Amino acid sequence: MNRLLSLLFQQGVLDEQFLQLQQLQDQTSPNFVSEVVTIYFHESEKQLRNLRNILLDREMWDYVKLGIHLNQLMGSSSSIGAKRVRNICAAFRTAVEQNNRSACMRALEVLEHEYCYLKNKLHELFQIEQQRVLGDAVRYPGVVHQQ
Amino acid sequence: MGLKMQGHHHLVAVSLNEQQLGAKRKYTSYVPRTNQGKYLVLWIIVFGFAAIHVYRCIDEGHQQRIQEGLVSMCDQRARMLQDQFSVCVNHVHALAVLVSTFHYYKNPSVIDQDTFAEYTARTAFERPLLSGVAYAQRVMNSEREDFESQHGGTIRTMANKEPSPHRDEYAPVIFSQETVSYLNLLDMMSGEEDRENILRARSTGKAVLTSPFKLLGSHHLGVVLTIPVYKSKLPPNASVRDRIEATAGYLGGAFDVESLVENLLGQLAGNQEIIVKVYDVTNTSDPLIMYGRQTQEGDQTRIHVSRLDFGDPFRKHQMTCRYLHKAPISWTAITTAFLGYVIVFLAGYMFYTGAIHIVQVEDDFHTMQQLKVRAEAADVAKSQFLATVSHEIRTPMNGILGMLALLLDTDLSSTQRDYAQTAQACGRALITLINEVLDRAKIEAGKLELEAVPFDLRSILDDVLSLFSEKSRNKGIELAVLVSDKVPQIVMGDSGRFRQVITNLVGNSVKFTEQGHIFVQVHLAEHSKAVQDAILETCMNGRSNGPQSKTLSGREAADDRNHWDKFKHLIADEEFPFQVLTSDGNFQDVNLMVSVEDTGIGIPLHAQELVFMPFMQADSSTSRHYGGTGIGLSISKCLVELMGGQISFISRPEIGSTFSFMAKFKRCEKNTVTDPKKSLYDDLPTSFKGMKATVVDTKPVRAAVTRYHLKRLGVLVEIVNSIKTAVSVSGSGQPDMILVEKDVWLSGDDLIPVSRPVSKSPKMILLATNITGGEFDKAKAAGFSDTLIMKPLRASMVAACLQQVLGTRKVEQGKVMANGSVYLRGLLCGRKILVVDDNRVNRRVAAGALKKFGAEVECADSGKAALDLLQIPHGFDACFMDIQMPEMDGFEATRRIRKVESMINEQQTSGSMDVCCNIRTTEWHLPILAMTADVIQATFEECQKSGMDGYVSKPFQEENLYQEVAKFFESKPATGS
Repeated sequence: MNRLLSLLFQQGVLDEQFLQLQQLQDQTSPNFVSEVVTIYFHESEKQLRNLRNILLDREMWDYVKLGIHLNQLMGSSSSIGAKRVRNICAAFRTAVEQNNRSACMRALEVLEHEYCYLKNKLHELFQIEQQRVLGDAVRYPGVVHQQ
Repeated sequence: MGLKMQGHHHLVAVSLNEQQLGAKRKYTSYVPRTNQGKYLVLWIIVFGFAAIHVYRCIDEGHQQRIQEGLVSMCDQRARMLQDQFSVCVNHVHALAVLVSTFHYYKNPSVIDQDTFAEYTARTAFERPLLSGVAYAQRVMNSEREDFESQHGGTIRTMANKEPSPHRDEYAPVIFSQETVSYLNLLDMMSGEEDRENILRARSTGKAVLTSPFKLLGSHHLGVVLTIPVYKSKLPPNASVRDRIEATAGYLGGAFDVESLVENLLGQLAGNQEIIVKVYDVTNTSDPLIMYGRQTQEGDQTRIHVSRLDFGDPFRKHQMTCRYLHKAPISWTAITTAFLGYVIVFLAGYMFYTGAIHIVQVEDDFHTMQQLKVRAEAADVAKSQFLATVSHEIRTPMNGILGMLALLLDTDLSSTQRDYAQTAQACGRALITLINEVLDRAKIEAGKLELEAVPFDLRSILDDVLSLFSEKSRNKGIELAVLVSDKVPQIVMGDSGRFRQVITNLVGNSVKFTEQGHIFVQVHLAEHSKAVQDAILETCMNGRSNGPQSKTLSGREAADDRNHWDKFKHLIADEEFPFQVLTSDGNFQDVNLMVSVEDTGIGIPLHAQELVFMPFMQADSSTSRHYGGTGIGLSISKCLVELMGGQISFISRPEIGSTFSFMAKFKRCEKNTVTDPKKSLYDDLPTSFKGMKATVVDTKPVRAAVTRYHLKRLGVLVEIVNSIKTAVSVSGSGQPDMILVEKDVWLSGDDLIPVSRPVSKSPKMILLATNITGGEFDKAKAAGFSDTLIMKPLRASMVAACLQQVLGTRKVEQGKVMANGSVYLRGLLCGRKILVVDDNRVNRRVAAGALKKFGAEVECADSGKAALDLLQIPHGFDACFMDIQMPEMDGFEATRRIRKVESMINEQQTSGSMDVCCNIRTTEWHLPILAMTADVIQATFEECQKSGMDGYVSKPFQEENLYQEVAKFFESKPATGS
């Protein structure tokens, strides 16, 4: 798990904010991280859908809306420490500010790709963690895994 | 945002400039920009023509005068010739009348040859032009016999003087002047010209002339005049036939035209100048020359023709005159035109060079403008670059700092902890520095404002030192800081700026120092000055000993007043006589005198004036050797002046420099700062209080520095000169530890008692700037097994080492750990906090973070929802408000909350005690903290404007959160517990 984490850090997919998030998880809220991340996925997928819809809408170029959705996505990404997604969002936003439609499309594609990658990796991470918690629970019954 | 605005401003200025440029170019377009050479040539040609024209105008008058002279001379000659000629003709006429009267009307004739000859001879002066006159009688062929017999001779021809052949009519000469007596009885009709003349004369009845021909008996050209003589008087309208019938004979005379004209011209002035020719132009196509040579000579360009009327209407004559010599050239005209032309040419050349110069200057100007525009663009680009790069650096730095913070929470050895802490401090300093780079623009624009926050001077200095500790260790420089005891623990001022100045000065010193020391001192300015004066007095009395070994490292320093003699006064607090006075006199202000002394290369004398100029280094080789921009000192100067002080320096090349500055700070009143110890003072452990230490050092200044650091930890310090003395102290006076300087130990005094009592022996600690592996082993063998403290000394580092040595680590570790988050927990525990954020993820994270610290969290997803929840009365202790939200942003929501609060508060104060007031007696004021991703000044000001109490950066950082929350939770007790 640590290897995977450090890999993600090295790739710049995640930053220290994710660690802070993990720190917030303790006895009182044992599934805090996965809870937050689930919310994040839920929200982000909605935002991505919206973004795509707005971009595909040929007649209307509603960059105000686009900006709002992007900001949302950016805010939540930085909260969970998804650095690369956040950076792409920033690039996307500059493209929107420049009114550059093709750049926006490209950015959206990259964003979706990056998002999928993040999602896969985080799922992987949670799975490993789940196994470890189970393993720990087997080894030390009654002791809840502490981060 | 301010930066962006500025950039925009720049752009506007640039475009404005360009517009002005364009306008200017339009104005100057009357100067031809290209082909000046062609214009010059055109100018020269045009004025060349003008000059020629002027010349012609002047010359024309001249020529006209010459022509007029010719005309008048020619006409004069023609008229005279004509007059003389007509006089002669008239006289011949008179002769004709005489002959008709006396020869024909009288019978018998009264004229014979002798009479005629005599008469003509005597009247010859009347006919100067005629060589002679003769009278020929008309004789018909029928009358020939009678005539020949009467005159006793035959009629002969003119050609060969033979007897004439048979003809219808003859005109033999009967009377002749003596000069032409050879004509006697010659038939005039036999000559071609004469016969024609005779026929024409008798038919017209007037004097007629022949064309010029060679006269008989002379070689001169001449013409023959013939006048008819009639037998009877004729009516004026007689017909040609009547005339022929009436003709009796012919009177003729030969004009010798050549001699005639020659005579005539000889009488006139100026006959040398002109050539005169007389032509018979009866046949216009073939003019016959009467006078003058046939050859072309004289001035061919100028000619005048005058008509001559010799009284014969059939014959036409003319006179042509030429100048003998060509007319002289008109020098006035030439010189006038030429000089005028030269002047105009020069003027043209002047214009030409002027135009070229103007164009060149214009081009230069244009280039300059472009360069200026580019420079301005570069300036804009620089600002943008700075903003971008510093932002880009900040992001990874945040990562580094975060990881370091995590690292610090793990179980580390004291050394590791120190390293990590140092790294963290350095990282923080780096971020501050980046911000300071951004602030440079502000300084230049004069927009910098100093803040006034309480800060701990000593920890700042420690931080700065730690920044340079690595470098100084590598170079083997002793880096030390000492703050006078009289300087208050906490002062109010701009810690960032103060740090910036110190960092700059120390950085410079480290850069330019290869060996020796760098020594930072902070004293009260009044104190320092008073001591200075006292020292000067003693110096006047006579300097006792040299400056050797009076400084930190023993090397000589630039400011030799700064050595131990003075120093011991500064640190000797009990001897300071002005203490009471200053502390009472001005309680509010703390004037600090900070000096940074180094033993570096110094500043060359010639460069000393330029030191504070921006971008100036001593010379260009400096930047090559040591790098740097040279802007640091100028910024420092600005900052120090903003702090109400001034900066100065004393420097001696090859010996070192001492920079010192005075800065004004405010004394910090203890009661205003709620938690100075916790928030500002770096957490030095207090477990060493009351311990005793002996410092073995031969250099008093260095020993004082060591004592300063130990004193901060609460350790009582005694300074001795040798290890022996230190060890010899025993019993109750025995110290807990003995700190030995490396060079003291190496100087041979390595008499460490190996057989010391293990239980209560003082810990031996070695102090060193740098140490080699061999030395380290040796030190271990000699008994310094306990620890080694690497310089530069810092209180926190010393504490860490001492903890390790004395085994107090465990306790301290817990304490240190407890510090941040536990404290925060205490603050937040049981508090009810509202988190307002439209982003679900953010909301959850914020809630999670706050919950971790024991707070009770409620969430709202918009400004409106927050307003509903915050209807008074409510039970919230604080509110975290996101700024960027759709519909109603954080500012707006806060403003509304504040409005409602103030309304309620007014009611409370004006009205009597209401029911709601039972719950709270204090005023309603919910602490609202903004959550924002961009932590820039403008946003912060906006926050304050809309009534927020502070802001925390997003994502949450423990320390930041703690600082902000501490501000307003400290004073109030928690409501819940």
